[in-house]
Parts: sequence; structure tokens; C-alpha cells
Amino acid sequence: MTKQSEWLDLCSIGDLVENSGVCALLKEQQIALFYLPAEQKVYAVGQYDPFGNANVISRGIIGSKEGKLFVASPLYKQHFLLEDGCCLEDETVSLPVWKTQIINERVMIQTV
Amino acid sequence: MNKQNLVVVGNGMVGHQFLQSLADSGQLDQFNVTVFCEEPRLAYDRVYLSSYFSGATAEDLAMGQIDVYQSWGLNVLIGEAVTSIDRDAQHVHTNKGTTLFYDKLVLATGSYPFVPPVPGHTREHCLVYRTIEDLEAIKASATGAKVGVVVGGGLLGLEAAKAIKDLGLETHVVEFAPRLMAVQLDEGGGNLLRKKIEDLGVKVHTGKNTQQIVDGKDAYHRMEFADGEVLETDLILFSAGIRPRDNLARDCGLEVGERGGIVVDNNCQTSDQKIYSIGECALWSGRIYGLVAPGYAMAKVVVEQLSGGDKQFLGADMSTKLKLMGIDVASIGDAHGHTKGALSYTYNDQVNQIYKKIVVSETGNELLGAILVGEANDYGTLLQYALNGIQLPKNPETLIVPNFGGDDAETGLGISALPDTAHICSCHDVTKGAIFCSIEAGAQTVCEVKAATKAASGCGGCNQLLTDLVNHELEQRGVTVSHDICEHFAFTREDLYNIIRIEEIKTFDGLLSKHGHGHGCEICKPLVGSLLASCWNEYILDKPHVGLQDTNDTFMANMQKDGTYSVVPRVPGGEITPDQLIAIGQVGKKYNLYTKVTGGQRIDLFGARLEELPEIWKELIDAGMETGHAYGKSLRTVKSCVGSTWCRYGVDDSTGLAIELENRYKGLRAPHKIKFGVSGCTRECAEAQSKDIGIIATEKGWNLYLCGNGGMKPRHADLFATDLDKDTLVKYIDRFLMFYIKTGKRLQRTSVWMENLEGGLEYLRKVVIDDHLGMNETLESQMDHVVATYECEWKRTIEDEDALKRFRTFVNSEKTDNNIVFIQERGQIRPATEEEKAVAEPIKMIM
Ligand SMILES: Cc1cc2nc3c(=O)[nH]c(=O)nc-3n(C[C@H](O)[C@H](O)[C@H](O)COP(=O)(O)OP(=O)(O)OC[C@H]3O[C@@H](n4cnc5c(N)ncnc54)[C@H](O)[C@@H]3O)c2cc1C
Ligand code: HEM
Ligand code: SF4
Repeated sequence: MTKQSEWLDLCSIGDLVENSGVCALLKEQQIALFYLPAEQKVYAVGQYDPFGNANVISRGIIGSKEGKLFVASPLYKQHFLLEDGCCLEDETVSLPVWKTQIINERVMIQTV
Repeated sequence: MNKQNLVVVGNGMVGHQFLQSLADSGQLDQFNVTVFCEEPRLAYDRVYLSSYFSGATAEDLAMGQIDVYQSWGLNVLIGEAVTSIDRDAQHVHTNKGTTLFYDKLVLATGSYPFVPPVPGHTREHCLVYRTIEDLEAIKASATGAKVGVVVGGGLLGLEAAKAIKDLGLETHVVEFAPRLMAVQLDEGGGNLLRKKIEDLGVKVHTGKNTQQIVDGKDAYHRMEFADGEVLETDLILFSAGIRPRDNLARDCGLEVGERGGIVVDNNCQTSDQKIYSIGECALWSGRIYGLVAPGYAMAKVVVEQLSGGDKQFLGADMSTKLKLMGIDVASIGDAHGHTKGALSYTYNDQVNQIYKKIVVSETGNELLGAILVGEANDYGTLLQYALNGIQLPKNPETLIVPNFGGDDAETGLGISALPDTAHICSCHDVTKGAIFCSIEAGAQTVCEVKAATKAASGCGGCNQLLTDLVNHELEQRGVTVSHDICEHFAFTREDLYNIIRIEEIKTFDGLLSKHGHGHGCEICKPLVGSLLASCWNEYILDKPHVGLQDTNDTFMANMQKDGTYSVVPRVPGGEITPDQLIAIGQVGKKYNLYTKVTGGQRIDLFGARLEELPEIWKELIDAGMETGHAYGKSLRTVKSCVGSTWCRYGVDDSTGLAIELENRYKGLRAPHKIKFGVSGCTRECAEAQSKDIGIIATEKGWNLYLCGNGGMKPRHADLFATDLDKDTLVKYIDRFLMFYIKTGKRLQRTSVWMENLEGGLEYLRKVVIDDHLGMNETLESQMDHVVATYECEWKRTIEDEDALKRFRTFVNSEKTDNNIVFIQERGQIRPATEEEKAVAEPIKMIM
């Protein structure tokens, strides 16, 4: 039997910070949310920094490299792509990512 | 084609270099290479052997790697020594019974420490210093020992003495000669070195001839000297010279030197054409080279010879610079002035303990040699003069006499003056010409040149020279070394600063849409955030600015390794009331924070969780405190001594001035952090000369020092102006800081900025004092704006509901981060390690 994926209501758009990150809790999972108002898009990646071993990713700066959006870890500055969580410095490492959508000012996240 | 059998005996530093050069030359496929390595491990860096005592592991020191060797197709026999050579049959025999045929044989057997045969030298705890095993034996012997003696006061002896001292033993150096390093140093240099070493707590005994070693009364050994004196010690380390390992050669009838060493010619061939010898076992032109660089050169010669080339070994320069127990010592060429007609200049600074001597030719045109003790910054320049016969300046003494505030350009050796044959890197034998070739071949940065030539990858002593040379050459070639800050802005920091000022741009988005592209990144966002703050000084958490800040600026606290933050209230001038101390103590206690006094005369509170920061700050602000900007690239502290108010020696109120200055410049954002110091008299208790801005009271006012630095690369601040009254002092500082903010590079401290400022100190004086650029009024009014718009960012934040929302750990939950775990140590908390986290119960619960 496959597990059904579902969309959960995580928080409101008002909880987010434009062009920057915050952290939300989904059960025990810490999720970093980055809000880009220009694209009306919220990116969700894991909050845990696998290099620094601390929950800090939402506090990194976001930016772009050759058109791809990333967040730079605030601890040791590795870059992780917001789209797929891949680390640019070490291809064997990546952050988990979730799909999101904005519905009626609420941030919805897809669980798996 | 039939492959030749190439056998290499010895896998030390030079043996390894030989294999490396052979691989680099692309000739490996012409040989079946077999390497005999007597030691239990492949080649390692003996030069840095002592670092084994300060934590380096055998892996850190390793040079030869088995997988690399195998990928080269070498047959490597570790722990197997060659015991004899049969030259007629062209066989080597080993201690494990192997017999192997060779077409070509390379002897790289190095040397062994010489132990003078005094009675008792074979007793237990009599050791030497050459291999990792030796060091392990020393470590073992040192446990339980109290006293250690090194026999031999040469370079190795002194290095060994340091190691023994670091192991915690009372350390003595016993030297036969009347002074340390007698051969290379003259009396002045030797005496100074001795004094410095004694200041470090090592006892030096010169002119001592050890007669015998017997059982001691209070220690394990008793050393008896010819003059009747005795010395008791638990451990004896012999460092009385090295002897070449030439027994294989000797036994098979190869020519060896009278006092040892395998005789080789300019091809590094021994008296048997099929056999080469390189490194410390080889005797060339009657001498053994006890350094790696000549050995490396020999290795390369043999690689060439094997492919039919005609490269030859024609001797090597023995000039050296090194740190002995933290003391710079260098010797160049004919340091004793043995050349006929040689003249010398000596500079002997007993106050700062610096000794320098240069030896010049009879005509005064050429540098023949030099000795530097205590400070060897001039080594690179002097060496180039000596090696290349460059014409000396009219007054050669200017090369060693300190230059007080004068213009360096006169004596500093122009890079362009060096001939193409000039050796830049002696470890890897890289000339200026070779460096230019690599640039010709496409290298565009210092890194690429290093990769292409290996320059500066040995001892690293030539790093600075190489960097200057490469950058100079690139500029000569019109290569614009790209100074763009990142892919989003094709500008330098100064360009952006000017654009922001002139076009009065107030936001990142405004700048990006007009002058940049893409989304920005972690380089340009904080940079622009800092520029905007330097210029307009708006609240950094305002909506357009908040996404620009590094996490430290965003949360106005310093992130620590576990994701918690540290909090530092401002303590202007280091003056603090008992009530404020109590308030800080109460906060620390209430939130269970680790507290530590910082180097900047204030108190750091560690281990605050994100969500605690606003509450903590509310309490601190209620107690009358302000943010200390410890998180910002901005003014940090103004350190001060107590000054004339209390101090018997003080000539002015240094604390009062420090408080005034700290309050004036607090919150000022700059290319990097800025530190001040103010001392009440020349005793300089505030260490102001190690700060970006240092001020020292004089009888007639204040002396201003600029661009000092502690940290990784300390720099003494330059004396900029003397006996200033306070108003002038403040004006100069205003102008200086704004000029630095305008022209500094990203993350460039004032010290580095000054080192790179064209025209140096003199130019800065022209700008700041003589208004050379006609911009002083502007600079002052820009500073006035920043001063007038100061507000405590934390005060503003705790009153701002919107900004406070950002300090929630989770936007949708009251829970806290369960990955933050503390352990108690010395009565306070510290972050748990990953292993501890696995077992520990969190001791700090949610409030
Ligand atoms: C503590 C210390 C500090 C030093 N500092 C400096 C410095 O700052 N600058 C500098 O230039 N030099 C320095 N040196 C000197 C430098 O280490 C030597 O010049 C260099 O190691 C010589 O290399 P080599 O290959 O000739 O000899 P080694 O490195 O001694 O290698 C020879 C190898 O051959 C092996 N061997 C010998 N006989 C046989 C055999 N029959 N069969 C198989 N294997 C055999 C030996 O076991 C050894 O491993 C220092 C040396 C020491 C000990
Ligand atoms: C990388 C730098 C250097 C290395 C690797 C080195 C290595 C050695 C070695 C191996 C010895 C023992 C050799 C022997 O006694 O036969 C030695 C001895 C000595 N070294 Fe150095 N040396 C270096 C630099 C210097 C410098 C810069 C000086 C002086 C300024 C110096 C002065 C001496 C003296 C005086 C002795 C004792 C000589 C003797 O006992 O005959 N060395 N050095
Ligand atoms: S620097 Fe001078 S005034 Fe200041 S404490 Fe030291 S001795 Fe006293």
C-alpha cells in the first residue's frame, strides 16, 4: 500500500519574511520557508544544516547563482539550491525539500 | 619496448620527490620501478616533524600515498631495507631475502643522527630526533621525566629543545662551541639568540664538553663535563649533527668521501654509471647538503638524466630563514664576511631584541651575505639582492635600519628589478622566468600559478613575493584582475559606494534594478546592506534591508556553532557600574547563559536561544544598556586604561576620551570591524597600537596611531600625528574612518587597507591633514549624519511588534529546538558534542 500524500496548512503568509527565511514545525520536522514575493512562491527545505549539525538553514541569506536560487548556510556558507536541496559544494549532500502552494494567504505544504 | 628495471633505495623526502618528478615527467611507462622503504611508513615531511608534538598526525605529515604510488604502477616495499649491492650482477639484496636486478639504481638513503661516543651514550632515555618513531620514543621517555637535556645547539638541537619544553620538561641545551649556531651566527647574533631562548625558559650551557653519562642522584642520568661541572637529567636528546647513510655504497666499493657521503658528479652519478645518489647521503663537490631544497634539485637532475637530458646539479644556495622557538633567524650567503675586502653593517636593537647584519662587497655594490635574528621580514628582499647581484642602494644600511614613518619606496626592492633567472621558490626551484611562463600559458591568478609551478607549496616562505610578482605581472599584461564583487554586480565595492552616494539609492532592490542583475547573493547582499548603513544609517531590520543581513545582523547577536546566539551589551571604554554588572549577572543567571569577559573589555553571554533574545535585551535595556554591535562589521570597542584619574603615571583622562569616542562612533558600519584603544601614557596599558585606531596621551595632547591590528596577522599601528588637541583628533578620526569606508574593499581591515594604499601613510596624511582631495568637509558631514542618526537597534526592535515576530524559533509552534543541548562544565553551560547529544538529557528546559 502506498502512503497517500496530503496537503497540510502550515502557517500564514503573514508569518513569512519577504526575500528571507523563517522556520516552521511540521510534527517533529523543522522546515525552513523562504518567501519570494516577486514570484509569489514559498520554498520549503530542511532546517537542519548537515555540515554544522544545527537547525539554522532558515537564517541564511538567499540569492542566485547562474539563475538558480539558493540559500547559503549561516554557519559555514555552503550553498543549497532551493529547488531541489542540492548542495553546490558537495554533490553527495542535499537538504530535504517539500512542495508548497499559497492558498488564501495560507502556506500549504505537501507531505509524503 | 623493453622496460628498464629502476630501483630506488629509500623513500624519504628526496626519494619521494624523485618519484613525483618521474611521474610528472611522463616517463613512468619506460620503467619497472621498485621502491624500498625501510621505515614502517612511506615518505613524510621531516621538515615539519616537530609539529607531531603539537598535534599533527603521521597522516598529516605524509607525503607518499600508497594509492597514488600504485596508480603510478610502482612496486613499493614498505618496511624492507636493502642490505647489500652486487654491482657485477646488478643485484640488490634485502633484509627480507629479496634479490632484484636493476638497470638503474638510485640511492636516496638520507642520513642518521650522529651520537658522540661518550661513555654512557647507549643508556636508556638517550634519544635522537629524526623519525616519527624517535618522536614516539621521546614522548614515552618524557612521561614521568622532569628534566630534559639536548646535546647540540644547532638548528635541530634548538628545535628539539622546543619540543622538549613543550612536553613540559625543564629544558637545557648543552653546546660544545662557545655560542649557539656558531657556524652561521656571529657573536652579536649568537648572544641575542641565546638571550631570547633563555627568556623562553630554556637554560643554555655553552663551551661544555660531555665526558661521561652515569647514574644520577636526583634524576635518571648525571652528565659530567670536562670542566668538572655536572648536570642531572631524566632524558638526553642527541642532536650533534648528521652523518650520511653511505654504508651500502661503501660496502660495494663505490667512492665515498673521507668523512662520509656517496661521491656524485654534476649528473648525480656515483663512481658507477648505473648508480645515482641524491639527497642527504650524496656528497657533491666535497659537501653534503643538510636541506631538502638541494635534495629536490638533485632528484630532478636524475629524472632528466634518465631521459637523456643534460640538466646538471651545480650546487645550491644554503640561505635559510626559519622560526626557532618562535624567534626569526635567517642567514644568507657569506654571513661572516669571509670574502676578501668584505665590509659589514650591523644594527643591534637591544630594546626590541633585533640583530641584523649585512655583508657587502668591497665596492659596496653587491650584497654578499646577511644575518637576521629577532626579525627577518627583510629576508626575501635581501636574498634577491644577494642571489642576483642586484646593485645595492647608495646607502646599503637603509636595508636593515628601521624606517620610521618614511617612504618605503626608496629601499623596497622593485619586483621588476629581478632578472628572469631569479629564484622565487627555492624549495621547488621555481624562477621568475618559470612563473612568467605559467602566466604566458594561461594562469590568471596566484592560485593557478601555484598549481602550475608548485611555487610556494614547500616552506611557504616565498608566498608574499610570489603574490606580488604575479599580480604585478598580470597588471603589466593588462589582464584586468576582475574586481567585480560577484556575478550580480560588475562593480567594485568603491564603485557601488559612489553610486549609492551620488544617486542617493536607499535600497538593495533599487540598486539591483538599476545597476545589477539576478537575485543577489550572500556576497553582495550584506555588502550593499553595509554600504546603505554607512551612508544612510537606516534601521537594519526595515523591510527592504532585513533580507540583506547576515544572520548575526538579522538577529543582532552572534550565532554560535550550535545555532544559539551570544549577547554583548556595550560597555563604553570598559567602564561599568556595579549595578550594570549585577544586571548582566542576573540576566546570565536567569537565562542560564555562559558568561565570559571578552578581549574588548566587555562581557559576552553565550547560549541564548533565538526566542530568548528579545526578553534578554528588554532586561538589559531596562538596566540602561545598549547593543554592543558585536555582530556587525562596525565599531566594536574602545579599549582604555584607567588613565590619569586613578593611575600614578597617567598624563590624561584616557577612560573619559574612550567613552566619548565609543559613543560617537557606535553603530558606524564599515568594510570590517573597527577597534579603538586609548592609553593614558606611553606605558600603553590599553595596547592601543594594536588597534585600527590607537590614541596615546602625551604631555601636550594626544598621539594618533592608525591601522594597527592584532589577530591573525598582527600589525603595529603607524604613528599618524602627534600632540593633537581633542577637537583636531576627532576631526582626523572622522575623516579617516569615512575615507576608509569609502575606499576599503569588502571585509578589508584597516591594516590590510593601509598596506595596499598607494602612497601609504604619507598619502593618507595628505588626504586627512592637508585635504589633498578637497573632500574633508564632505567626509565630516557624512560622519555627522551617522552620529546624529544613531539609535540602539535593540531598543527599536523590542518596541517593534513586527520585527519581534522574526525571533520566533517556529512560526507555527511554541516549541523550542530540541537539537540544542548543553552540558555543565566548570560551573557553566557549554554546547554538547554530537556524541554527548546522543546520550544527554537537555539540562536547559523551556522557560
Ligand atoms: C627535525 C628536522 C627538521 C628539519 N627542518 C628542515 C628545514 O626546516 N628545512 C630543510 O630544508 N630541511 C630540514 N630538515 C632536513 C630535511 O628533513 C632533510 O634534508 C631531508 O629529509 C633529506 O631527505 P632524504 O630523502 O635525503 O633523507 P631522509 O628523509 O632521511 O630519507 C631517507 C630514507 O631512506 C631510508 N633508507 C635508508 N637506508 C635505506 C635502505 N638501505 N633501504 C631502504 N631504505 C633506506 C631511511 O629510512 C629514510 O626513510 C630537517 C630535518 C629534521 C630531522
Ligand atoms: C631550513 C633551515 C636549516 C636546516 C634544515 C638546518 C639543518 C641543520 C642540520 C641538519 C644540522 C646538523 C648538521 C651537522 O651538524 O652536520 C645543522 C647544524 C647547524 N646549523 Fe643549521 N639548518 C638550517 C638553517 C640554519 C640557519 C639559518 C643557521 C644560522 C643562522 C644554522 C646554523 C647551524 C649551526 C651553527 C649548526 C651547527 C653546525 C655544526 O654543528 O657543525 N642552520 N643545521
Ligand atoms: S597607560 Fe599609562 S596611564 Fe594608562 S594605566 Fe598604563 S601607566 Fe597608567
